[in-house]
Amino acid sequence: MSKYAYFPGCSLHSTAREYEFSTKNLSRELGVELVDVPDWNCCGASSAHATDRGLDLALNGRNLDLAAGMGLDLAVPCASCYRRLASSRKSLTENPELRQQITTLLGQPLALSSEVRSLLEVFTTDEALDKMQRGAKKSLSGLKVAAYYGCLLVRPHKETHFDDSENPVSLDKLVTLMGGEALPWPFKTECCGGSLSFTAEDSSRVLIERILNMAKESGAECIITACPLCQSNLDMRQLQLAKEAGRDYNMPVLYFTQLMGLVLGLGEKALGLYRHFIDPRPVLQKVGLV
Amino acid sequence: MLQTVVSEETGVAELVRLSGVNPNQCYQCGKCAGGCPLSFAMDYSPTVIMRMLQVGMLEQVLSSKTVWLCASCKTCSNRCPQDVDVAGLMDALRIMAWRKGSVDRDNRQAAFHRAFLHSIKSHGRLYELGLALAGSAASGRMTKDLDVGLPMLRKGKIKLLPPRIKGRRQIKRIFALTMESGGEQGE
Ligand code: SF4
Ligand code: SF4
Repeated sequence: MSKYAYFPGCSLHSTAREYEFSTKNLSRELGVELVDVPDWNCCGASSAHATDRGLDLALNGRNLDLAAGMGLDLAVPCASCYRRLASSRKSLTENPELRQQITTLLGQPLALSSEVRSLLEVFTTDEALDKMQRGAKKSLSGLKVAAYYGCLLVRPHKETHFDDSENPVSLDKLVTLMGGEALPWPFKTECCGGSLSFTAEDSSRVLIERILNMAKESGAECIITACPLCQSNLDMRQLQLAKEAGRDYNMPVLYFTQLMGLVLGLGEKALGLYRHFIDPRPVLQKVGLV
Repeated sequence: MLQTVVSEETGVAELVRLSGVNPNQCYQCGKCAGGCPLSFAMDYSPTVIMRMLQVGMLEQVLSSKTVWLCASCKTCSNRCPQDVDVAGLMDALRIMAWRKGSVDRDNRQAAFHRAFLHSIKSHGRLYELGLALAGSAASGRMTKDLDVGLPMLRKGKIKLLPPRIKGRRQIKRIFALTMESGGEQGE
């Protein structure tokens, strides 16, 4: 049984609640214990680092210190939180002067002992994958999947010790292992414009459509992701595209935890499949997953 | 040899200190502009921004749309053959624009960041509903945002009540010592 400090982040408590449910339920099946970081705060997302460097580092420093207090490595499901935490830890560890400044801002000592890992990394260790294979009740056989990594899970390469920043393969390998077809497609790491979703809608929409078009052209029946911002941006905005532009992509966007859960026999409810804007169930039904 | 000494007169030296990134390292290969997903919407591509900084056009850069249309996707920093952290520089430019007071009132990205951070300062975590209401009231885009907000509420994806963490005092302290005091700390 492996054990991690778990940092859900704001999205998993609101717009991405199905990611939270599926993560918690899957963790039990995989024998990974996730203990919530007590009293965690928002990582500042794309706003703090664009506004004040001290603010960004102090918000993330507080969370890193809380995790360190638990004596555990940190597992982070949101790609954006993951990048902020990992990147802050790197800056603070490498620069003692900066660390001292942030200690002053926090008004307390700052411990940084917890390594920061993405949930994808935690759920795809040899041990976890072995458990999954032994417990598999179903297979993704017949399902064509576009594995979408987005930006912050794998970039920049200097900060990432997991997967490749230009051609990541961890999600693809996972799909293949579960019996599905991971399609070759060129937009694995294209930006979906999530951070501009509410402030530069027209530009963000161009990026979303590029990704959806390419997934369709590649023959995908669904997209999978490990980022709540990508998921909600790609899923929710399809409603508007259909309404305003008459373009009906009908492309379900699932979390990798939901597909893993299905393979392990977890039910629709436990995985929050009914919470998506584009209902994934018809596609899943076709291949006998629900 | 690249000329890496930066003139103090134009303010670019201050930018270099703030970001730890020196635009004079850039040799104008164009790779950042080629890979930038938002190039199509920008007034100056990231490569042009680098050139403008090399020749001291900081004012124009600070008032460009590019700085606020950058989505922080880090494609540029990932690919730069000269190891220039272009995305880090974009962050520093936004921070500098705040400090110099050169952010337009109708800058929607900036307004969003402000409202977002206000929510964190008050609750310690993001309160989506509060943010959405503040945002659409300010922008007059209520009906458009409802297209997104209502389905969200229906799917149980937005909480009605704000989250509240215990450490709110510490969070307020951090804000008071950084953003609200002009952000001298931690730079
Ligand atoms: S990729 Fe690097 S060297 Fe090339 S233009 Fe951009 S900043 Fe300059
Ligand atoms: S980080 Fe900004 S400038 Fe760099 S590629 Fe992404 S959007 Fe363009």
